Amino acid sequence: MIDWIADPLSDPILRRAALEIVLLGVTGGLLGCWIVFYELAYGAESLAHALFPGLVAAALLGLPLLLGGAAGILAAALAVAIAGRVPGVGRDSAVAVVVTTLLGAGALLALSQSTPPGLGELLFGDVLGVSDGDLALAGGLALAVVVALRLLHGRLLAVGFDRSSARALGASPALADAALAILLAAAILVAVQGLGNLLVVSILVGPAATARLLADRMPAMMAVAVAVAVVAGLGGLLASYHADTAAGASIALATVALWALAWLARALRVRRPALPSSAT
Amino acid sequence: MSVVAIEAQAPPPAGQSAPTLARACGVSGGYGGEPAIEGLDFALPAGARVGLLGPNGGGKTTLFRALLGELPALSGELEVHARCGVVPQTERSRLDYPVSALDVALMGTLSVLPWWRRPGRAQRRAAHAALERVGLGPQARRTFGELSGGQRQRVLIARALVQDARLLLLDEPFAGLDEPSSALLEGLLAELAAEGRGLLISTHEVDQARRWDLVLCLNRAQVAFGAPADVLSREVLERTYGAHVVELPGGGRGVMPAHHGCDEHEPGHEHAGPDHVHP
Repeated sequence: MIDWIADPLSDPILRRAALEIVLLGVTGGLLGCWIVFYELAYGAESLAHALFPGLVAAALLGLPLLLGGAAGILAAALAVAIAGRVPGVGRDSAVAVVVTTLLGAGALLALSQSTPPGLGELLFGDVLGVSDGDLALAGGLALAVVVALRLLHGRLLAVGFDRSSARALGASPALADAALAILLAAAILVAVQGLGNLLVVSILVGPAATARLLADRMPAMMAVAVAVAVVAGLGGLLASYHADTAAGASIALATVALWALAWLARALRVRRPALPSSAT
Repeated sequence: MSVVAIEAQAPPPAGQSAPTLARACGVSGGYGGEPAIEGLDFALPAGARVGLLGPNGGGKTTLFRALLGELPALSGELEVHARCGVVPQTERSRLDYPVSALDVALMGTLSVLPWWRRPGRAQRRAAHAALERVGLGPQARRTFGELSGGQRQRVLIARALVQDARLLLLDEPFAGLDEPSSALLEGLLAELAAEGRGLLISTHEVDQARRWDLVLCLNRAQVAFGAPADVLSREVLERTYGAHVVELPGGGRGVMPAHHGCDEHEPGHEHAGPDHVHP
């Protein structure tokens, strides 16, 4: 067992990948708890997919991926806003149409014959290829998310609890939404390079959804979500090393497996008679 | 209309009449276009329980928003001299949310603390004290969504106490409560009024409002304001509900809504269902 873990980690490439996954796990686990309660999972997935043509364009032009991704997110947000205003098109449909169009356009570019090989990695990620710059970026993001969520905690909690009376308590729903949207966009931009366009959502939603089954207080839920993200991330990475499978996909499957275990544990616990409460 | 908020006001010397917490003079307000409420003329004194009666869509929520300074107003003058605390219906909040009763009470510290500060020991003490005050000291660590409807309502009152609100705006606090929970809540509201707080309580129970100090009848415009004995005539009730008041067998009275599913809208949703008066 020790060898199973230690062997791969003697490889510097794996060590860097592990560090990247831990940093993204902290970010995704913490942010995910709010994504779950603000019902932003669909939005997160859409953002991740919609920035794809931006990534491909940047890769083709030799620009930094971060720049292309940021431009892609802005273009997608604009397109959704415009499509949502077309009479008779609901907001959800507008998002779906825009995202499908953009993902399709990106895939067309990335997979065409004349495109240099390797762009497929943008879809599925290449956590084994992270650079020092990527690690620094992921570290900065994790730090920013920890600080921002700590400062905003009370307000996010009040708005998520009851949007209609939050303003009377001194918490602006618009501000909470905006702060979350910015953090989410930043997290997707950074994480998409390690985990790929299609799998980035697994680290933003999966761990928090798992933690929600196990914890009944927000701070505990955040701790569990970070633990789940890190365990699933490292477990998936090691499994991919030994089984010679794709790292990003292995991590996503490990995350889902942990969710299924948590669901099962909860179902068994609920079926048993309630334990006497110690809170009285 | 201008909203004048004067937060800190020294308590009045003993022996004087109760200070006014909020006063409206010819206020109308709305969201652009037709005013949602008009003709508001009232003064809410400290230490009074004021029943707010009116049909769904009659402007009760709009009045709350006006008192909170959230409503673009059209004319008149509304003065609010006290910090307002909102006690919403508990169904508005997420019951699957990972918070304890104490966490919810602590939300009342948001408006008191600077934005970068988290609640410290003093705030936690205040939140515990407020939960004790509403009779929920032992339930402080329980998950909010697992409490009974009446207990959740009292947690939200505790939250307003943590805010140090002198004027409490309660949105149908008795809706859906069973008899013992109602009695507990009724007793708590009487105590809070005796402490010198003002309570504006929207309700559909006319007979309950008769036991309080004042009533404000609202049907898109103010119909009446005053002591229940002076104000709650059959004619006022009919104008308030736009309906006929019928005597029920057994001595109770019921209000027959004149029109259902009508075109009365207002942002925020109020309960659907018939207005009724218990015997």
